[in-house]
Amino acid sequence: MTRKNKKRLQKGFSIVYCCLIYLFLFLPITVIVTNSFNATTSKPYMTWKGFSTDWYGKLFDNTALLESFGNTMFIAIVSTLLATAIGTLAAVGMYKYKFKGKSVIDALLYIPVVIPEIVLGISLLTLFSNTNIPRGTLTLVLAHTTFSIPFVVFNIRARLSGYDKSIEEASMDLGAGRVKTFFNITLPVLAPGIFGGAVLAFTLSIDDVIISYFTNGQTKTFPLKVMESIKSGVSPDINALSALILIGTIIFVVITQSGVLSRNK
Amino acid sequence: MTKQKFKSNTLPSLVMIGPVVLWLAFFIVIPLLYVAVMSFCGIDEQYNIVFRFTADNYKRLFNANYVQIYAQSLTIAALTTIICIVLAYPFSFFIARTLSKKKAILYMLVIIPFWTNSLIRIYGWRTFLGTNGWLNNRLLDFGLISSPIDFLFKPSATVLGMVYSLFPYMVLPLYTAIEKLDKSLLEASADLGAKGVSTFFRIILPLTASGIFSGSIMVFIPSLGYFFVSDILGGGNSDIIGNLIERQFQSGNNWPLGAALSMVLIIITLLLVKLYQKCGGDMESLGV
Amino acid sequence: MDKKVIVSLKNVNKIYDGGNHVVKNLDLDVYEGEFLTLLGSSGCGKTTTLRMIAGFEEVTSGTITVEGESIAEKEPYERNVNTVFQSYALFPHMTIYDNIAYGLKMKKTDKKEIAKRVSEMLDLVQLGGFENRYPSQLSGGQKQRVAIARALINQPRVLLLDEPLGALDLKLRKQMQLELKRLQRKLNITFIYVTHDQEEALSMSDRVAIMNNGILEQVDIPEKIYEEPQTQFVATFIGETNIFEGCVNSIKGKDIDIMLETGYVTARSENTFNQNDMVVISIRPERIKYSEQPKTGFALKGIIKEQVYVGSVLKTIIVLPNGHEIKIERLAGQKIPVSGDVYVYWDIDDAKLIQSESNRIFNALNNIMFT
Repeated sequence: MTRKNKKRLQKGFSIVYCCLIYLFLFLPITVIVTNSFNATTSKPYMTWKGFSTDWYGKLFDNTALLESFGNTMFIAIVSTLLATAIGTLAAVGMYKYKFKGKSVIDALLYIPVVIPEIVLGISLLTLFSNTNIPRGTLTLVLAHTTFSIPFVVFNIRARLSGYDKSIEEASMDLGAGRVKTFFNITLPVLAPGIFGGAVLAFTLSIDDVIISYFTNGQTKTFPLKVMESIKSGVSPDINALSALILIGTIIFVVITQSGVLSRNK
Repeated sequence: MTKQKFKSNTLPSLVMIGPVVLWLAFFIVIPLLYVAVMSFCGIDEQYNIVFRFTADNYKRLFNANYVQIYAQSLTIAALTTIICIVLAYPFSFFIARTLSKKKAILYMLVIIPFWTNSLIRIYGWRTFLGTNGWLNNRLLDFGLISSPIDFLFKPSATVLGMVYSLFPYMVLPLYTAIEKLDKSLLEASADLGAKGVSTFFRIILPLTASGIFSGSIMVFIPSLGYFFVSDILGGGNSDIIGNLIERQFQSGNNWPLGAALSMVLIIITLLLVKLYQKCGGDMESLGV
Repeated sequence: MDKKVIVSLKNVNKIYDGGNHVVKNLDLDVYEGEFLTLLGSSGCGKTTTLRMIAGFEEVTSGTITVEGESIAEKEPYERNVNTVFQSYALFPHMTIYDNIAYGLKMKKTDKKEIAKRVSEMLDLVQLGGFENRYPSQLSGGQKQRVAIARALINQPRVLLLDEPLGALDLKLRKQMQLELKRLQRKLNITFIYVTHDQEEALSMSDRVAIMNNGILEQVDIPEKIYEEPQTQFVATFIGETNIFEGCVNSIKGKDIDIMLETGYVTARSENTFNQNDMVVISIRPERIKYSEQPKTGFALKGIIKEQVYVGSVLKTIIVLPNGHEIKIERLAGQKIPVSGDVYVYWDIDDAKLIQSESNRIFNALNNIMFT
């Protein structure tokens, strides 16, 4: 075999291999989307009964499902805002100032990242039940904020590694105070990192199952609604909503990413 | 002068660090302390937690049924990790080595499936693999099989679900490590007479080992706790440690025992992270 | 002396997937034991040429032979050439010993033999005692030596060096230049050396090949490259020069009268030119003279614009009526008029006549159309 053909063969093999992996990754997505168009009306909604868009219509009559989606969005937005605010301050503060116990904070930040989610979930459940905090939207927000903070901090920290401290000194040298410097210089420079962290926090929040499962009380998020329905068979309107959420997320991320990318250039 | 400077830094550093310290204290440290304390408590007949020191929960951890589940859980986690490495390594290698323009898109394509709810994706596998599922129906249609194959409700199905759920966590660090690999090192190796296989084992693998380590940590540990995967695909036949804990906090209602089981997970996690650090692993590559 | 060709490139072209044509119809013979430098600015195709010889890039068309054998079907690991990389490409996870021994290990050489040859190599590059260090513990110059030792241990027929001194500071670079030259003489291995530094190229090489835009402009010994540039590019690329464009007015034997925009001059050339040929005259600043009186064969008047002493040299700039500036360098201390009108001239042997690009294209078209 000539060198050229050998290289072509290798390339061909790598393309085929990657396609198989993508097939594996997208197979369940295909099932979800296909099933959202399934005309079936009998449980467990697994057999194909023909094409129909009915479930997309029915979706908007399913108030419990819509409500759970609303809860998911509300919790995701509030916890993302909280985690981003706390995480940004922490990342910048830990970068700028030297103080005792910094390594302890660092170690604590890694806990939610490495520990199995179920441990975080039951520990928060224990806390809320011992302190008599009624479980519901509030506890979900607190829980989601907790696991999101480290991701925001780490994202900004990655950005800070290439950060030139002297621009802040230049700002203060030119007469801006600390607060003004923070808002006019530090934040805009770190914006892509902050934004990346926030997007990550948001996507983690809307998909969270395990921690929400232990901290929800009566408030049902969309993933919890799915969990409930799994026992009796997931109805196509849930598939329809999942498909819509996927499309929404893709659009959201494509817009924000291209925005961040063009700003970076 | 120094004193003044110290003073002027105190307030801003408090404003910036204060919130995160409070938050971590309230929602990480205290809850975990609760769990630790609770693991030494007992319960009364009404399943209320009774605060008296006892090691009973820990004694119960050595119950043969539990030990068998730990073994099963660790086996599932190990298999998941190995399969993820084997599948993700060549894949990450190929996408990290494509042209830069395509690279971002190929990488995005790995992430996109994970923007759909993880439960429903696992459920998608059940729809696909069930005895009345799509795959069996097609195979029957084409006459390739005469009766449906049982793919589900066994440990292998749980491993499949775990591999699927955790695959990107293996790709990410591998991709980063492979991308960092200087192409001229591979050329130098070939130039000095090494064939592809030698170059792989002597240069590529040692230099990307860090990626394999971080990927393994990020896959192995969660796969001990993803109870919903074994619930949906394993159907109670392939319980993992996560299932044991979940049951104690929900139907079983024995929180102290669940806490002790959680302590097992915490200890496994700590040991693995220590081992990872000892092997020269970098904590930062575990984030995100 | 009859020289044996060791590497031969015949009509080699390289076109990248995007259509970028980086090496164009390259013909080059490299002789055994010589130090040949590929010189050019970045993107001229010199590194690509080197990488094609090493086997990292494939030839789009044409052939490369090493010792008379085509290497098209040989993988890099099958070729008896070795490379010193610009970035050194030392294996970071291996000690210096293991880095240098790598090539021999691949050949499954006996362990004792490896140990012996590695220590010889370390002595050769003056790094004895560094066996157990890692590349990250070495300075740039030391890494460079390791890279050279690692490439030489396989006793290649040809050593390819891709800007090996590019990352070193000036002083170290000068030192390494001498050392490389010493090594090459001692081992008598053919070196093909890529650089963009003309001083480096001229001082180290037996021959210099100048590339521009994928085209090989001239291959020659350093003196000839400087003194007898064959193309306008070579003339301007190597050292400083003054360029005049003109048209052949009359030819008296080897002396050629040339009309310029603002006067006329004379030059002498061994090459044949025809009347009305477009030509380019290249003349080095140190060879240009001027006086207050016109000289025979020259009518080129200008005004002295500036004179600057730079140590031992006096730099003068003369402006012609059309705005063209002429650079002149003189040893300081000679008596010269400081201002006013002057006449520019030179010894007719000092000016180099080159056919202008447009003339070359014109002739080529003529050939196509009338033959």
